[in-house]
Amino acid sequence: MLTKVHTGLEPVPGIWWRPAHKAEKIWVGIAFAWCMVLFAMMPLWHYRGGQNPAGVRTRVDPKAFYARTVEFANQYKIAEDRGIPIVQPPPGADVYLVGTTFSWYPILQLQAGKEYMLHLSSADVNHGFSLFPMNINFQIVPGYDYALRVTPTTAGDFRIVCNEFCGIGHHTMVGRVIVVDESGSTVADNAKATLKNGGAP
Amino acid sequence: MPAVRVCPATGRTIHRQAELLVRFNAVVAVVALLIGAIAALLLVLTRWQAVHLLPAEWYYRLLGVHGMNMLIFFIIFFEMAVLWFAATVLLNARPAAPRFGWVNFGLMVVGALIVEWTQFTGRADVLFTSYPPLKAHPLYYLGIILFAVGALLVTAQFFATLVIAKREKTYEGSMPLVVYGAVTAAIIAVITLIHGALIYIPTFLWSIGVIESIDPQVYRMIWWALGHSSQQINVAAMVAIWYMLGALTVGSVVLNEKVSRSAFVLYIMFISMASAHHLLVDPGFSPAWKIVNTSYFMYMAVLASMVHGFTVPAGMELGMRLRGFNDGLFGWLRRAPWGDPGFSSLVFSVVVFGFVGGITGVTLGTEQINIIAHNTMRIPGHFHSTVVSGTALAFMGATYYLLPLIFRRKVAFWKLAKVQPYLFAGGLLLLVMGMTFAGSFGVPRRHWDISFSQAPFDVPFNPAVDIFLAMMGIGGIIAVTGALAFILIAVTSVFFGETVTEFPRGAEIRGIPQGLTNPPVHPANVDELSAALHAPERGFAGATPGTLVLVGVFLLAFILYYFTNWKLLSFLWKIG
Repeated sequence: MLTKVHTGLEPVPGIWWRPAHKAEKIWVGIAFAWCMVLFAMMPLWHYRGGQNPAGVRTRVDPKAFYARTVEFANQYKIAEDRGIPIVQPPPGADVYLVGTTFSWYPILQLQAGKEYMLHLSSADVNHGFSLFPMNINFQIVPGYDYALRVTPTTAGDFRIVCNEFCGIGHHTMVGRVIVVDESGSTVADNAKATLKNGGAP
Repeated sequence: MPAVRVCPATGRTIHRQAELLVRFNAVVAVVALLIGAIAALLLVLTRWQAVHLLPAEWYYRLLGVHGMNMLIFFIIFFEMAVLWFAATVLLNARPAAPRFGWVNFGLMVVGALIVEWTQFTGRADVLFTSYPPLKAHPLYYLGIILFAVGALLVTAQFFATLVIAKREKTYEGSMPLVVYGAVTAAIIAVITLIHGALIYIPTFLWSIGVIESIDPQVYRMIWWALGHSSQQINVAAMVAIWYMLGALTVGSVVLNEKVSRSAFVLYIMFISMASAHHLLVDPGFSPAWKIVNTSYFMYMAVLASMVHGFTVPAGMELGMRLRGFNDGLFGWLRRAPWGDPGFSSLVFSVVVFGFVGGITGVTLGTEQINIIAHNTMRIPGHFHSTVVSGTALAFMGATYYLLPLIFRRKVAFWKLAKVQPYLFAGGLLLLVMGMTFAGSFGVPRRHWDISFSQAPFDVPFNPAVDIFLAMMGIGGIIAVTGALAFILIAVTSVFFGETVTEFPRGAEIRGIPQGLTNPPVHPANVDELSAALHAPERGFAGATPGTLVLVGVFLLAFILYYFTNWKLLSFLWKIG
């Protein structure tokens, strides 16, 4: 017997630093090994996986970021929807998207399969970037430019839902991202299934 | 009233002042639970899009009220009761400076009332997290500071009581494991409350105009060192209560003090890094910072929880086997006292916390997987399975024993009390699954209207989302019913309950849990029996084969859920 049998409500006289039973040792070993797997997966995905929240992160003055976004929108504007410019930057360009209470500016039109540097920030309070129906989510913090290398792999008409509480009108804050394929169409094979009915990736 | 009495059930010395402090903290905790539960009902009936009860303004307002009352006031007042109980009753000690204890209790109550006033009058529509530059009335921050200072001082009194107990030799050897768990909770509470001071004091100064601005990213980091770490106080307190309820209901034994105590030490060392769980897709931090912190430095706190996840059920199994319930793999579980609300609370708390809360928590807290979870309903889905069906349910189970032991009252509505844990856990399981599945479709948390009727663009969610939200709504109604039943039972017992003066051995009495009248006593030759169960010829599964099967199933579920999420992530656009 290793220690006298007792419950967790009783004080333990003498030295309790004693060897554990076999079953307990085995479980602690398995749990430790699993923890190492959990830990290794994250660095591994940075090397081998395609989705990482890394990007290039810098501080930025919210007013300067807003001005830069307006400049960008004017430069590449091709049309307008509900008063918001639709902007089509060339592949590889720096793309700017700003959240303000309670809207996203501007509407982006991107090409499927091309990489862009997507800069996200806020002009006022915290916002949440949630791309529907892909379910891609990023936090948007005023004063910080979150630049992510993004390659849209599917064409379609996407929405940006704000998913960080930003005030009483928070639930009206929806933006739009259009992704066209090589033929210029927004209707990809998956659009019927996912976007028309909505749905998870 | 004499200053000291001897408990008729356990023979422990109970000091009058300590007993009163436990009682008052527990009663205020239940009042906060009531406010939070009513808010909860209105909130689920709003998020259930088919019902959509509240107007937008009141939805966001009550969301803040719900968060504050449940996560802060209910839980922390109850934890203050646990600290007083553990340090005095479990150690037979007198409380340190009980009068000062009342001052601190008063400070906490006043702080809480100020916060409630600012929230209900619409002066603090900033939700629970109050991320700047959103700004609340200065009194809101001041109320939280008063509350936190009171709690911090009670924690100091807890440590002082430990010193008194040691000096006056009220117990022999090392303190019991349950108290060790409470000490863990108290140490984490100090770390947490210091972070609270670090962030709320500058924010208060900012709200009155002394400081010009608060960096929103720094705020998020330090605030979550309060917001998430305070959930780790709950974890430690809950695990301590698991060991306590196991001992009271089925005679759980401690398999190995070294293993269980080391696991608690791992909590202290690593669990405060959990702030990072909320910052995984934030712009302010590098991937290396995120990986090291979100994993509690290589998942050392997860290891601790997995250790307790084994030792708690294994302790129950061995405790039952030593008392003669030794048939088959699961005879000990089948023949356990399922009608004892203390026991059923314990089992559901362990199972839902581990299988649902633990597995989803680690998965959502993975740096990259967070991309498909951040700020979706998967997040409240996760923490309602940890802090509500884990911590709150464990606290409820403990209350069924505290009522006769500390309040010296029979548990009122005994039949209702017996089903209450089933109702509460069942409702929460539905709620949590509804939230988690809806969140997997990208449904945002903290959002008044996912039909987007006032938005410029339509967002056509998959129709399945409606089913999951209905599931959440129905589960929420059942869970709130369970919570209200608990409140009814607790309040009626405390104020109108039948007085308990003795616990006759062997009798079955309505309103007294079986563990008090039929205490799970081990036979005199228990050490020999234990040695026989651990005999080498019984193989590596040894004395606890049933638990090994259970944790095996758990690990399998964990692996499956974890890698399914990586697979789902790999379908997304390329982002880096």
